Amino acid sequence: MADKTDVKISVKNLKKNFGSLEVLKDISLEVTEGEVVVLIGPSGSGKSTLLRCLNQLEKATSGQIVIDGYDVTDKHTDINKVRKNIGMVFQHFNLFNHLNVLKNMTLAPVHLKTLSKEEAKDKAMQLLERVGLSDKAQAYPSQLSGGQKQRVAIARALEMNPDIMLFDEPTSALDPEMVGEVLAVMKELARDGMTMIVVTHEIGFAREVASRVIFMEGGYIIEEGTPEEVLDHPKEPRTIDFLSKVL
Amino acid sequence: MVMIIQKYGTMLIQAMGQTLLLCLLSLVFASVIGLIFGLMNVGRNRALNFIGTVYVDAVRGVPLIVLAYFIYFGIPTAIQQGLGFTSFRLGPLQAGTIALSMNCGAYMAEIVRAGIQSVDRGQMEAGRSLGLSYSAGMALIVIPQAIRTMIPSIINQFIITLKDTSILSVIGFPELTNVGKTVMGNTFKPLQAWAVVGIMYLIVITILSKVSKQIERRINRGR
Repeated sequence: MADKTDVKISVKNLKKNFGSLEVLKDISLEVTEGEVVVLIGPSGSGKSTLLRCLNQLEKATSGQIVIDGYDVTDKHTDINKVRKNIGMVFQHFNLFNHLNVLKNMTLAPVHLKTLSKEEAKDKAMQLLERVGLSDKAQAYPSQLSGGQKQRVAIARALEMNPDIMLFDEPTSALDPEMVGEVLAVMKELARDGMTMIVVTHEIGFAREVASRVIFMEGGYIIEEGTPEEVLDHPKEPRTIDFLSKVL
Repeated sequence: MVMIIQKYGTMLIQAMGQTLLLCLLSLVFASVIGLIFGLMNVGRNRALNFIGTVYVDAVRGVPLIVLAYFIYFGIPTAIQQGLGFTSFRLGPLQAGTIALSMNCGAYMAEIVRAGIQSVDRGQMEAGRSLGLSYSAGMALIVIPQAIRTMIPSIINQFIITLKDTSILSVIGFPELTNVGKTVMGNTFKPLQAWAVVGIMYLIVITILSKVSKQIERRINRGR
């Protein structure tokens, strides 16, 4: 286990119910700085819910989540402040449809005064360059392909200068030929040392980039370890069963 | 008909002015009421949801004419007798504006609620994930997108409100329908009198809806 100060995310006995449905039953998890954790598992296993609990888009029913030293499950924590440091990328991109790419990216930092208008714009242009879309700054989301939208969404999250990035099935809504361009951006991000938690069905991505793979089912973490351990030599029958279906 | 226009034209045009004044005042207040109660109804606060729902259901469940009588006759009496302010009065314009604003406001609240709910939840979530507060997300992301879907319904509601001003003739407000009654009484020519009044409404509403269509088109084009 890494040094305690390196722990970015610490989840203890997290439970989440939707009405009478228990989606997360007892999740404990630690993520250290620079780790790329990939969550896999069948649909309904609670992967996305776990991810959404981390930045409190879903309120935890019980348990504790500490991010960067802030207890986000504590009502008194200023969740908006913590969220500035946690970027999130959604399955359906969720770009602001009424704003062009540049405005999509600069809206939050300018409103929250983390950057001035000029700084935000300069930074946005740099990030667009990095994701290969500098020519799309003035385009509206409806004029972009799925892959381009998702790259803008990643750039928009990076504009806040987060030190953690959450990816909720970022390639699931994409046409197959566009998956590669989004994964490429994510790989680069991982290489640069970003702490990432990724919910995905891209086993190839997990194998190549993950520092740890977590298999979830039925609201529990069933198995975790390095990609080799979990993907190539799974021990749990349920992991073996799942992998036999997706590989 | 020519006689009516010659003799009562100025009076009818002034009455139309009163109709438009009442309508305009009510629309301004109704928009505020609609935004407040509409936002109450989409939020997660149970108490605010309850207040919003009660308001909308209560006002929509009472005919405008009853609401107008209640406010024009009922409220002043209650304040005079109950609170002892014996000189308290509500003029027809004040009472009419209150009644119409409340009525139109309830429908506007529903339009606002439906408009906001038509915006994908992911839009707010994306805003929140960037660190924006709920109210900033509403103001900067959700409402600007909701307005576009709300505009046809708002225009429709404005036209209904303009026509509903005629109901306030019952509390003696000198708007177009009320003056129409006077003209009919004076001339004994109901067919001609009401034809003139009807055409006047028709002209104003047609202009209003043409202008609104233009605005709608512009909003949908420029983005």
